[in-house]
Amino acid sequence: MPTTMFDRIWDSHVVADLGEGWSLLYLDRILVHDLSGGRAMAEIAEAGHRVAEPSKVFATPDHAVSSAPGRTAETFAKGGKLLASLRARCAAEGVRMFDLGQRGNGIVHVMGPEMGIVLPGVTLACGDSHTCTNGGVGAMAFGIGASELTHALATQTIPQRRPGTFRIRFEGARPDGVTAKDMILAAIGRFGAAAGTGMAMEYAGGAVRAMSLEERLTLCNLSIEMGAKVGMVAPDDTTFEYLAGRDFAPKGALWDAALADWRKLPSDADARFTRDEVIDMASIAPQITWGTSPEQVSAVTGHVPRLEDAPDAGRRQAWEAALRYMGLEPGQPLVGTKVDWVFIGSCTNARISDLRAAAAVLKGRKRAGHVTAWVVPGSEQVKAEAEAEGLHRQFLDAGFEWREPGCALCVAANGEAVPPGARCVSTSNRNFVGRQGTGARTHLASPAMAAAAALAGSIVDVRSF
Amino acid sequence: MAMQAFTSVTGPATPLMMANVDTDVIIPIQRLVGTGREGLGPHAFERLRYLPDGSDNPDFVANREPYRGSPIMLAAENFGCGSSREGAVWALMGMGVRCVIAPSFGDIFFANCFQNGLLPVRLPIEEIRRIAEETEAGPGNARTTVDLARQVVITPTGREIPFGVDTRKKDAMLNGLDDIAMTLKRADAIAAWKAQDRATRAWAWESVA
Repeated sequence: MPTTMFDRIWDSHVVADLGEGWSLLYLDRILVHDLSGGRAMAEIAEAGHRVAEPSKVFATPDHAVSSAPGRTAETFAKGGKLLASLRARCAAEGVRMFDLGQRGNGIVHVMGPEMGIVLPGVTLACGDSHTCTNGGVGAMAFGIGASELTHALATQTIPQRRPGTFRIRFEGARPDGVTAKDMILAAIGRFGAAAGTGMAMEYAGGAVRAMSLEERLTLCNLSIEMGAKVGMVAPDDTTFEYLAGRDFAPKGALWDAALADWRKLPSDADARFTRDEVIDMASIAPQITWGTSPEQVSAVTGHVPRLEDAPDAGRRQAWEAALRYMGLEPGQPLVGTKVDWVFIGSCTNARISDLRAAAAVLKGRKRAGHVTAWVVPGSEQVKAEAEAEGLHRQFLDAGFEWREPGCALCVAANGEAVPPGARCVSTSNRNFVGRQGTGARTHLASPAMAAAAALAGSIVDVRSF
Repeated sequence: MAMQAFTSVTGPATPLMMANVDTDVIIPIQRLVGTGREGLGPHAFERLRYLPDGSDNPDFVANREPYRGSPIMLAAENFGCGSSREGAVWALMGMGVRCVIAPSFGDIFFANCFQNGLLPVRLPIEEIRRIAEETEAGPGNARTTVDLARQVVITPTGREIPFGVDTRKKDAMLNGLDDIAMTLKRADAIAAWKAQDRATRAWAWESVA
């Protein structure tokens, strides 16, 4: 019987059948961060347990660390306490931790693939919903809550209910100015923020095959904004070239054995998915969100919707509330909307290719005088690579701030926030009410679109900029 | 890791009839930095619940009588979407909510609910709207009951609506079981799985050993 990649990885990790679709799954990797990692390890210790397999657990502080240039653990005091707890617990349990300033430090979903910790065909859990990002290398990776994390750490397993499968094939040539971010935002706009609930996504098609590995990570990153815990792209030579030689990737004979296993992962050509959709690449233009859910998104050339165009009463009510929060008028064009802040960063779009794409828009120009623009590299490695290429100099010359790695303004857990009422074009993944700070108004877009908005001081179509 | 057992709850069902209520709006991340599981109740929904001066927002339905402190909340599609933060469950329970009835839930939030003893019940949106209407139309004592053992929602007019729940989750909710202890009973099966995996997939082990 033909099978999907998801089926194969799931089936090969079942330790026990728990009935009614539930399985006890073995976890090949667990990633922890400062917001919940120290506490989870403390809780299992209080209950008399140890971390079951410390060699398969990796930690990095990212959520509650300051991104200020020259930051230390103490720059954001509340975060400093979490970091101290993470350090102490990792030391006690023998868990590897990549501390501030060290190679390997960074946003947990940037660090995992970059260090070769996350590999094709592995299962991975992390106490963060954007763990789906790691599916870009062909892993089955999903976010879990704090209690599930204690179970994962204490047993190296997790009970899960088998989801359905949802494939989206992106077919056709990629139009000018369209990035992975635009593709996934367009998909969420088309299918809705709950379309992937109870599903594991697989992204396929010619346009995905042609993508770089980093673009695939961006694509998978927003799976959870469609409701899916898991998003995956089949591994191929692009994946293997990316992983070869990375710190924790297999080497020598192990690499050869791994490669043989990985080549068997892609879904059979005639595999059946619970839901299967095709998106024509020609239908996608650069996207930007206008509301407070990622499904409230439009081509940048479009308009804020009119309430009478809402498909039902519930949607109309949601649109009205979103527009009130966002300070937008029904029917107004998106282009020309004044912008106060720009944030280039996050597990969605803070890898080296993202920073190159943003820098390429600058062309020696400066940010608009009223705009505050931040660039927060995704990891120490990204930061070092960007500085070696001189990208930081280009951003600084354009009047952007060049900051330290971490989640920063994507989640505003580290004392940094977009001020109330300020409008921010952000390369992150959530435009929820208050996400970037109380009263902050977020427009999600690609790195190039964000950089262009910083220069123009308003939302612009990057293709004509 | 400590879970409150759940048998049944009764109260006026609070009609928070919004779709895509995300866990950021249930509890802002700033309230979860360096805090425990307790004390989050006053911050639940704080961006909707309070006016800028800190007073109660009368437009927020859970601030109105008879809903204040009710153990049952009604919502529209995709409740608890977004972030994995379990603090969203702790905050809801802190404000007295023990059961949320919605057509669909964010997957991670749904799992987090069962870890703590908050029962998420899936019903069709039409049924949820009817419960809301029966509650609003009824007298001040219009109550809804959610009975987990019988797997029924009893509406203010006495209609019984069955709902589904996985047996293992139901048992854990009724008895407050410790899932780590349950899994550790399978230590032999885990050890056997690991031994065969290490023999056949050495690359997944040796590269991080």
